[in-house]
Amino acid sequence: MTTEFHTVFGSLSDFQRGELEIINDNPKNYVFSNIFDVATRSRPYEKVVVAINLGYVLETLRAEGNSGWFAAAHDEFAIVMDGEVDVELLKLDSPDAVVAPQTRGSVAIEGTPAGRKMGWVKCRRGHQVLLPRGAAYRFKATRPGVILLQTVEGALSVKKWGEICYT
Amino acid sequence: MSQTGGALQVAASPASNETGYRSFELGGFSFSRDEYFVRIGWEAQGQKLSHKMSADAFLRAMMRDVAWGFFYGWVNFDSMIGTRNLYGKVEFYAGTYNPAYKERGLDHVETFDSRQIMATFKAILDDWTNEGFDPFAAPDETGKTWLGRKNGNNRGAIERERQACKRMPGLPGDAELRRDDNGYPVNRAFADVSQDEPEVHAEPGFENEVHAFSLFAYLSRSDVTWNPSVSSVLERSLCCPTTEEYLLPIKHGNDRVEWFIQLSDELEWQIEDKNTGAPRAKVIMKAGDVAAMPADIRHQGYSKKRSMLLVWENATPELPQMYERGELKPYPVEF
Repeated sequence: MTTEFHTVFGSLSDFQRGELEIINDNPKNYVFSNIFDVATRSRPYEKVVVAINLGYVLETLRAEGNSGWFAAAHDEFAIVMDGEVDVELLKLDSPDAVVAPQTRGSVAIEGTPAGRKMGWVKCRRGHQVLLPRGAAYRFKATRPGVILLQTVEGALSVKKWGEICYT
Repeated sequence: MSQTGGALQVAASPASNETGYRSFELGGFSFSRDEYFVRIGWEAQGQKLSHKMSADAFLRAMMRDVAWGFFYGWVNFDSMIGTRNLYGKVEFYAGTYNPAYKERGLDHVETFDSRQIMATFKAILDDWTNEGFDPFAAPDETGKTWLGRKNGNNRGAIERERQACKRMPGLPGDAELRRDDNGYPVNRAFADVSQDEPEVHAEPGFENEVHAFSLFAYLSRSDVTWNPSVSSVLERSLCCPTTEEYLLPIKHGNDRVEWFIQLSDELEWQIEDKNTGAPRAKVIMKAGDVAAMPADIRHQGYSKKRSMLLVWENATPELPQMYERGELKPYPVEF
């Protein structure tokens, strides 16, 4: 074995899709996509579902410019996969009024909700941030980046498997 | 002779004069090893049958099964033997998912109380792992002392605690982040991975809720291979990233759909039919690729360079029955 290693990460400007070698199966069964490819073809902060398991989802978001405020009735987690994303957090004064407690997935909030500043986090590639229930959050990216969001399928979730997956 | 392993009886022989290793019995199965091989024996149709595995491959497989508490669904050590988790009970089988044996009734499967089979597996792993061999490591990282006669042990390596977080690592009262000073140096194959942490600016009073960490740095410090460890919890949705090198020591047949997100480098999955082992596909994943593993296959991964993989699981307990009853299709999306 060589002792020099080079770790390969993907980015919007430099990614390669993998391959499916089918022996006896339907390629669609693997629902095979690439998050950088998805983000290349997405609108800013469009929440594209890349993985789903009975209501739970992983979404890919193209981070570009400022997002609106989001909130959810449960925790969510974001991993920055490319670029640099600032995440601003606001403790909601009345979280149940902003997002009904039974709501699944994240909701978009018009304007700025009433709440107290919790702080902000500057994330680069590979950084994971907690988006706690009871808080609103918004993203800011001065150059295009990619976010992988662990959440629940909701009103904002976009499914377009036919466009993003090998068939 | 019986040995007491905790409160449970483990059926173990005295150490062999020839090899120094003990042999074990579990129900109708026998387990023994020599300098190179592990031998599993059973009876079917009045016939004595046996199967051999290279001892290093066997110990790597058993290490995962023990560390994962039998995991989800089927953990095939190879195309012949393995376990099926029934969550509280566990099946051990030989040939049951190998048509040549199954069709002739020469396979054998028995169901055990989870604690009984775990105590036996731990005793086997402890006795058969020699000093200097770490069955959790990639071959380039550990010794060749798996071969030969019994020579010491490596309890430190085989008794690592599984790392699982409650919500997210680094939160107060949750799993610790990995640092040099708590025993997690950066792995040689991730020496070029940035160790910069995110900038966290919390307002007074919100220090425990404004939280972030470098997941890639955390993974670069993983001291084991092929060991999905929870790093974020949303109800039953669990992100379980892991670092992968050489080959996955088992063929995993899940009792539910799981998803893989390749975070770095490249990994190839060999996909076989879960029941017969017939080849179905190869899934070659590069950084950023996302793929589902359907519930009716078994898979084994190959990773030349140590790579970062996000394994995404849905831990809902009712899922296996829903797939068995046909309420859920084995693949997650129709499009």
